[in-house]
Amino acid sequence: MTAHSSALQRPTDKFQYQALLYRAMHYARHALAHLICLSVAATCLFPLLWMLSSSLKTQSTVFSDMSLWVHQPLWNNYYVAWTRGNFGQYFFNSLFYTIVVVGGVIVTSSLAAYAFSRLRFPGRNFMFLLIISTMMIPIPGSFIALYVLLVKLHLVDTRLGYILPQINGGLALGVFLFKTFFDKMPQDLEDAARIDGCNKFQVYWHVAMPLAKPAIAVLIVFNALAVWNEYLLAFLVLSDQSLMPLQRGLMVFQGSLITDYPLLMAGIAISIAPIVALYLLMQRYIVAGITAGALKM
Amino acid sequence: MKKYRARDLVTTYLFVLPGILLFSLFSLFPFFKVFQLSVFDWDGIATHMRFVGLANFHTALFRDPSWWNSIQNAGVITLLSLTFQNVLALILALIVDREIRGKHFYRVVFYLPPVLSGIVVGLVWNWIFNGSHGLLNHALKGLGIGGFEHFSWLGEPKTALYAVSVIHMWKGFGWGFVILLAGLQAIPRELNEAARVDGAGEWRIFTRITVPLMIPVFSLVSILTILGTMQIYDIIVSTTNGGPAGHTDVPITQILLAMEGSARFGYACSLGIVFGIILLAVSLVQMRLSKWSSRYS
Repeated sequence: MTAHSSALQRPTDKFQYQALLYRAMHYARHALAHLICLSVAATCLFPLLWMLSSSLKTQSTVFSDMSLWVHQPLWNNYYVAWTRGNFGQYFFNSLFYTIVVVGGVIVTSSLAAYAFSRLRFPGRNFMFLLIISTMMIPIPGSFIALYVLLVKLHLVDTRLGYILPQINGGLALGVFLFKTFFDKMPQDLEDAARIDGCNKFQVYWHVAMPLAKPAIAVLIVFNALAVWNEYLLAFLVLSDQSLMPLQRGLMVFQGSLITDYPLLMAGIAISIAPIVALYLLMQRYIVAGITAGALKM
Repeated sequence: MKKYRARDLVTTYLFVLPGILLFSLFSLFPFFKVFQLSVFDWDGIATHMRFVGLANFHTALFRDPSWWNSIQNAGVITLLSLTFQNVLALILALIVDREIRGKHFYRVVFYLPPVLSGIVVGLVWNWIFNGSHGLLNHALKGLGIGGFEHFSWLGEPKTALYAVSVIHMWKGFGWGFVILLAGLQAIPRELNEAARVDGAGEWRIFTRITVPLMIPVFSLVSILTILGTMQIYDIIVSTTNGGPAGHTDVPITQILLAMEGSARFGYACSLGIVFGIILLAVSLVQMRLSKWSSRYS
């Protein structure tokens, strides 16, 4: 008598009845767990779906029509937001800043990390610890002095003034990550390259960097997210609208056109589309980066 | 021979030069500048600064009720996050840890809100909490709960802070979830299995195996939650901007008010330092607590 056939027949003894009950409870717990998880997942997604559906409504229906599905989607909202709403300009700015800062962080921190890891020079440990320490200690209010500095350097309301502090912001994690990878590089590889006539930079470029690809991936995602979502620095540094990134542009838009909600929602959708796309593509690296960092600490 | 070594050193320093330059300019200098500015009275423009010693700190500590109100507000949000947000994240991490099906899906969905910017999240939730056209009031009406026809959750002094907390927790939940899940998955399965074979119930396993091993992870999540939530800003800007009547005022908005609003750069810096010390003290207490509890278990 197999367990399967006993489930089909009426339980004939107490033992089989208990087995059936246990099975039922197991499935019930399973179902409950999924119910909880799905509810939370729905809570996570619903506001975003609502935002999307609102972006396709008209100014008059967006207050009255409370359904998620839009019968006559107003795709034109996106065009209007992009052009008249300036979101095309903001988008370009965000893209520009993100690419430049991410590139800057990777180049700067990998070069420094290579020196900290594979080269010898006086002050090496001190400099490394100094840079890493900023990762641990948050200094609220440092943006005040940063602003003063940018004023002194005539970098206020310039692209460079917005970019450079953010490259610096990504240095600590970048140096830390790259050094971890470079430390693991076998000395033989470096020696072989040296014998073949490579100088320091060539070893860095041709041998060390290819080994650090996972670090590069994690840093691209982390820094891209940070720059794309940045607001405070843009608020302090940039007053020229043509230089503003998306987050700042959103607030400018919200301040000026208080009543046009569908356009605002379209602007928001434009703002998050690339970031959601990047996230879905690279979430593996984000999760790996966070968990590795968390477990190390 | 000496010339070769000198040139070698120069090229080595070139590796760290961009990083050290950026770091000195945008991390080191602002750090010391904040301390310097805090003992002066300066409007940010005048060429001459007036030395006032510790007067700014005296004002900040004893004569600024709006500052301490902002600390209290941030503290409320932080407390709510530490409890509701992280407990929910833990519960879900425990559930997802057991489930094999859908773990990947849930992780991707749950971590989507943290990936968005505070500005975007605030603007979307503005819509949900809106008094006249908001989704929440509409849903309450649909459920038969009357009396909230035009209730502005973000505009009423009694509920504004809690509404903002809900938004912050919605955004932050996924982040805690990912870290807690990673911590849970690091616990070897054999421990749980061995305990089950020995006849331990689920609760016993949880309290005797899971919790003690997870204390470092709990500690990390707590510290990061405290540090992150106390410095909340973007969500405040896009929803209430400190209102109504200071009920959602937070430290960062206060510092910015001193800097931009009343042009007291020196005072703003002193607020920043006081805030930094508070955060440092809380972090140290938190670390002590975790050391104590891990020794106890």
